[in-house]
Amino acid sequence: MPSVQDWINSPLGAVDALFAQNSSRSDWERKIVEYFKEKLKVNDAQSWVPSLNDVPLHYLKPNSLVKFRCMIQDMFDPEFFMGVYETVDPSTNSKVLRCGKYKDVTDCGQIDFNSKNAVTSERQTFYCVPIPGESQWYSFAGSSQARVVPSTSYTPNRHKRSYEEDDDMDTQPQQDKENTDSKRLETEAPSHNASPSHCSSNLDLNFPLPGERGPACLVKVYEEWDGFKLNDMLEVFGILSVDPALSLIAEDKEASSMLDPTESMETMEEQRAHSPPASLVPRIHMLYAQPLQHNNPLLPSAVSEDKAAFLNGILGELASVRAELQTYLTHVFLGDSLAAEYLILNLISSVYARRDVLPLGKFALNISGCPHTSPYTEHLYQAIQQLVPSSYRLCMSLNNMNSQRMVPRKDYTANRLVSGTLQLASNTSLFLDETQLEQGQLDTTGVQNITALGNLISWQKVDYDFNYHQMEFPCNINVLIASEGRSLLPCDCQVHLCPALNPPNLEEYLKTIQLAQVSSQLNKYRIYLSVARSLDYSISDQMTKEVEEDFVEMRKDDPQSVSAEDLHRMLIVARLLSLSYGQTSLSRENWMKAKQMELVRISRTQQQKCVNGNEP
Amino acid sequence: MSSPSSSARKRGRSSNPPTPGSEDVLSPSPRAREPSTGELQPMPTSPGTDLQSPAVQDTSLFSSPMPRLDMSSPLIYDTPSRGTPARQRPDLGSVRKAPQVDLNSDAVKAAVASEQAAGQRLVIWGTDVNVGTCKEKFQRFLQRFIDPESREDENASLDLNEPLYLQKLDEISVVGDPVLNVNCSHIQAFDADLYRQLISYPQEVIPTFDMSVNELFFDRFPDSVLEHQIQVRPYNALKTRNMRSLNPEDIDQLITISGMVIRTSQLIPEMQEAFFRCQVCAFSTRVEVDRGRIAEPAVCRHCNTTHSLALVHNRSVFSDKQMIKLQESPEDMPAGQTPHTTVVYAHNDLVDKVQPGDRVNITGIYRAAPMRVNPRQSQVKSVYKTHIDAIHFRKTDERRLHSLDEENEQKLFTEERVATLKELAAKPDVYERLSSALAPSIYEHEDIKKGILLQLFGGTRKDFSQTGRGNFRAEVNILLCGDPGTSKSQLLQYVFNLVPRGQYTSGKGSSAVGLTAYVMKDPETRQLVLQTGALVLSDNGICCIDEFDKMSDSTRSVLHEVMEQQTLSIAKAGIICQLNARTSILAAANPVESQWNPKKTTIENIQLPHTLLSRFDLIFLMLDPQDEAYDRRLAHHLVALYYQSEEQIVEEYLDMAVLKDYIAYARTYINPRLSEEASQALIEAITKDMFDEALRALADEDYLTVTGKTVRLL
Repeated sequence: MPSVQDWINSPLGAVDALFAQNSSRSDWERKIVEYFKEKLKVNDAQSWVPSLNDVPLHYLKPNSLVKFRCMIQDMFDPEFFMGVYETVDPSTNSKVLRCGKYKDVTDCGQIDFNSKNAVTSERQTFYCVPIPGESQWYSFAGSSQARVVPSTSYTPNRHKRSYEEDDDMDTQPQQDKENTDSKRLETEAPSHNASPSHCSSNLDLNFPLPGERGPACLVKVYEEWDGFKLNDMLEVFGILSVDPALSLIAEDKEASSMLDPTESMETMEEQRAHSPPASLVPRIHMLYAQPLQHNNPLLPSAVSEDKAAFLNGILGELASVRAELQTYLTHVFLGDSLAAEYLILNLISSVYARRDVLPLGKFALNISGCPHTSPYTEHLYQAIQQLVPSSYRLCMSLNNMNSQRMVPRKDYTANRLVSGTLQLASNTSLFLDETQLEQGQLDTTGVQNITALGNLISWQKVDYDFNYHQMEFPCNINVLIASEGRSLLPCDCQVHLCPALNPPNLEEYLKTIQLAQVSSQLNKYRIYLSVARSLDYSISDQMTKEVEEDFVEMRKDDPQSVSAEDLHRMLIVARLLSLSYGQTSLSRENWMKAKQMELVRISRTQQQKCVNGNEP
Repeated sequence: MSSPSSSARKRGRSSNPPTPGSEDVLSPSPRAREPSTGELQPMPTSPGTDLQSPAVQDTSLFSSPMPRLDMSSPLIYDTPSRGTPARQRPDLGSVRKAPQVDLNSDAVKAAVASEQAAGQRLVIWGTDVNVGTCKEKFQRFLQRFIDPESREDENASLDLNEPLYLQKLDEISVVGDPVLNVNCSHIQAFDADLYRQLISYPQEVIPTFDMSVNELFFDRFPDSVLEHQIQVRPYNALKTRNMRSLNPEDIDQLITISGMVIRTSQLIPEMQEAFFRCQVCAFSTRVEVDRGRIAEPAVCRHCNTTHSLALVHNRSVFSDKQMIKLQESPEDMPAGQTPHTTVVYAHNDLVDKVQPGDRVNITGIYRAAPMRVNPRQSQVKSVYKTHIDAIHFRKTDERRLHSLDEENEQKLFTEERVATLKELAAKPDVYERLSSALAPSIYEHEDIKKGILLQLFGGTRKDFSQTGRGNFRAEVNILLCGDPGTSKSQLLQYVFNLVPRGQYTSGKGSSAVGLTAYVMKDPETRQLVLQTGALVLSDNGICCIDEFDKMSDSTRSVLHEVMEQQTLSIAKAGIICQLNARTSILAAANPVESQWNPKKTTIENIQLPHTLLSRFDLIFLMLDPQDEAYDRRLAHHLVALYYQSEEQIVEEYLDMAVLKDYIAYARTYINPRLSEEASQALIEAITKDMFDEALRALADEDYLTVTGKTVRLL
């Protein structure tokens, strides 16, 4: 049996060995997957596997086991490949059965296409990008968790040698070919640079958010790909493949199209999108994938017994952490504790169910009355960014609204889904900065973008544009709108900011607040938010009755004051409030507190209305 | 007995002659025009037929032995040649390569009962297809198959009690379009084994069908002239699958998949036969293309010069080819995944049959070919390229042009589903059940839900065009009006999600142009293109318009025509046309003072032009009743919404699917008529001016027919 190093460094060897042992049996495929699953289960084996997120691609050994934390951005068509094939050695005429799984290119030797033993299998390709808007603190926290990283994969020297070894194993003409190809690559490089259109399309890795960096990956999935959905967050364990032959396909296109007319059927764009150079977009042959409920590295990701233990440990100090967080946020909000309360609720909200078209549990918050002149919103966003695993700040400036592509769109020429800003993983915090909006005209794109944002907030869905039709993708995004007056977008709840203190130098003040938070403290907050969000919740029968009574009572006094919509909101507030205290069912106090909070909030908004009304 | 069939008899062609009666019943008109009978032969009616001289052909036919018996090369096309050129079928690939195996040595198929000679016991290599038996079976099928229950519109003009495909052959002889479309389900109903062979070995079986049908055709119409030989195009393979379920087992099989065309390529000339001429002695030779490669002859056979042959392009034979990208239709897709696409190759006359945006059913052969990393290398990328060679296209949305009733026909319901639906319909309280299933998250407003339900079912379209009145409107228009926050928008959103062809717009953001249609210059072709707006897109569906009161007057005015005439006239930039907009409108509006003022009348509260208001059949007021009991129920409903477990929610969701199917089923299959009793009740109810009661009374009749303006609220 191979040692630990072996199954990480040369998993294909392990696959081949297992295939040789079990090839006569029909369940060899499952055997392989089970083998790796077993290996990964061993205490902290998962952390030994180098991660593509943290380690630059050129430090990783080709054909080694890697992990990649990513979001599925696009799904390509399934492809058929040679699952099992037979090679013929021309000299001895002996036939060898080989396994074609987890590889992009067949091994050397003549392939017998008409062999009876050959099996054609199917696999699916996903285009994966790192989780959009992942916060900076993530990588620190992540690497501190994965303490042990095999040194072998880090040494560039070793890596180089391994490459040469690979080459040596190949036959002589193979090497020649590679040399000439690399030469051609070099000569072609300047011409690529000359035409900017080529260059840009070459480098477009299709990240949802502008300015994102990181490796994009083509993940080949071998089984149960129906279970995956677009925008799912995954942690993929698989075999890294950066075979230079892969990128050759695109390079050689001109030459091959002369010979094979069928090859030319694919457009240049399609080629580029579907088989980008492996050095830029590596392939991962998936052995095992873990869907991620959340992407907080400070929490155990898998649902297991130790999670319950972990939770129990945390629940005890939940209340104290909440209090600290609330004070911190109050400071950020210039002494407005109500806004801080609502922000906590917003941060732990999550769509937990959908009734027909109505998403339940969403809580889009509008903080109005933000100072316009100073970069207050920027600091507010920074504070939030420090707390949540992934977030994005969208400046709603006219230019942005008119030019940014928010809704993902299918590009039929390249046959891929061109990403947009609103293609986000679930539980991403979207910070809409409406203070940036100035007067002016929105063009068609702008109107569409506003509509898309409105849909996102009210129905928690984004209609992806498939040119001939639209397709609805549900999402789960926490929206926070910062605006001066009431936001032009619909939202569940509006809190008008009432600063209690007015520091002479706002910027200075905010910076000191943020610096005052030590990272261990921040980590506590981060854990707290993720845990509170994932708790279950229920309402007892008795509480139901009380709430009903209350509602009837309120309506009795003044039917205009409370509508069904208000009840909806109060129920959500009560729910989130309970969760924020770590309570899994609604208690009387929390219900009263929720009511109280709503009352204060509404009176504040009305006051604001009056003030504005009196103004000329 | 007419001569074609008797001549077939003479040659002992078939042990099952067509029923004598059938020949005479066949429409005589084609025969009169066509010089197909023996008596007419000496004097051909058109000079064009002279070229092929039917009389000469006929004598040669009788003198020569049946070419069918020549089993040495059963797949060569020119079996019943007779002057009609055979045409290669690139869609089937190179069939000539298929070697034959003598079954007698194999003894695998010895059990096959066959009256054929032992020499014919051949099967095509790798298959169990015996060419002779297969031909026999197919001819029998053509001659005998009758489908009295045929509902396809292609067969509309045909006599359903006669053999279907013989009539189609007649049609071919008249029209001259040498293509025979064969429904695979017919073959299956007739001979399951033949069907299985067709599905598994289309590449071998279809040419056999071709031969067989050509023999039959030229027997019956010995002197008809066709452009090329008849090609059989099977369609509707019962193993119809969606794109997602294609798997490696389907390679080289006949499949039918549905999808939407998203892109078509330019026409690609593909070489079928290369023409070589010797540079030295001008000797010419032809070489066929085999699997995309041409074996260039090294030596001239005539003068023995090596490497003297040069390819002459304009004397080579090319066929048309086109690449089509097909995308999964949105209905087939599981939620949360992106659609798949496949490549389809169309050949010869199938080129340019479809345009991007068309919904089609494609029948073809699924192919996979290995990809080479480098053409000069033996190393192979372990991935296959897949595509479908199209044999038959069938546009699914084409029929929408004919009439409405067939619109949902392709939405097939499984037997059990129909049973469940019928069972549901049989229940006495079906109406209540359905209405409560509609948007369960919205509390109460049962009457409104019922109204919307009726709208979903729609009325019967009545055609009064003979009396010059045009179509009667069948759609019900509904206006919801009420206080803000009474979940009007939610109701609209729900309906929009429920119906297959729904559109949702908001009055605030939509312009008249966005609702109707606009003319746009296509950036690629520089052509003017008519882009349709929400109202036209929701033809046969429901157009939901929120914030109706916020709509500008000019925008609202375009609704006048749509809501009454159900059409939309456009005169823009040189394009003048009338589009169908048979849509029901579900609009929601707020009262003028944003709160309903009970002191004012309904009309004063709504403040919409009377002309427009009269076009709404039902106007519902969604008001806050402001009473305690209602509040209590409402509160209970809402709270329940927040603590119900996931499972309960899933249950509700299933209901939505049932409701969807129920509506689709009812719309498609049930065309109610007012019974005597019901119309009496209706008249009574109207005279009593109790509209709501009328609604209920009618509802018990299963589905309401609201024609025109017989029923109106105001």
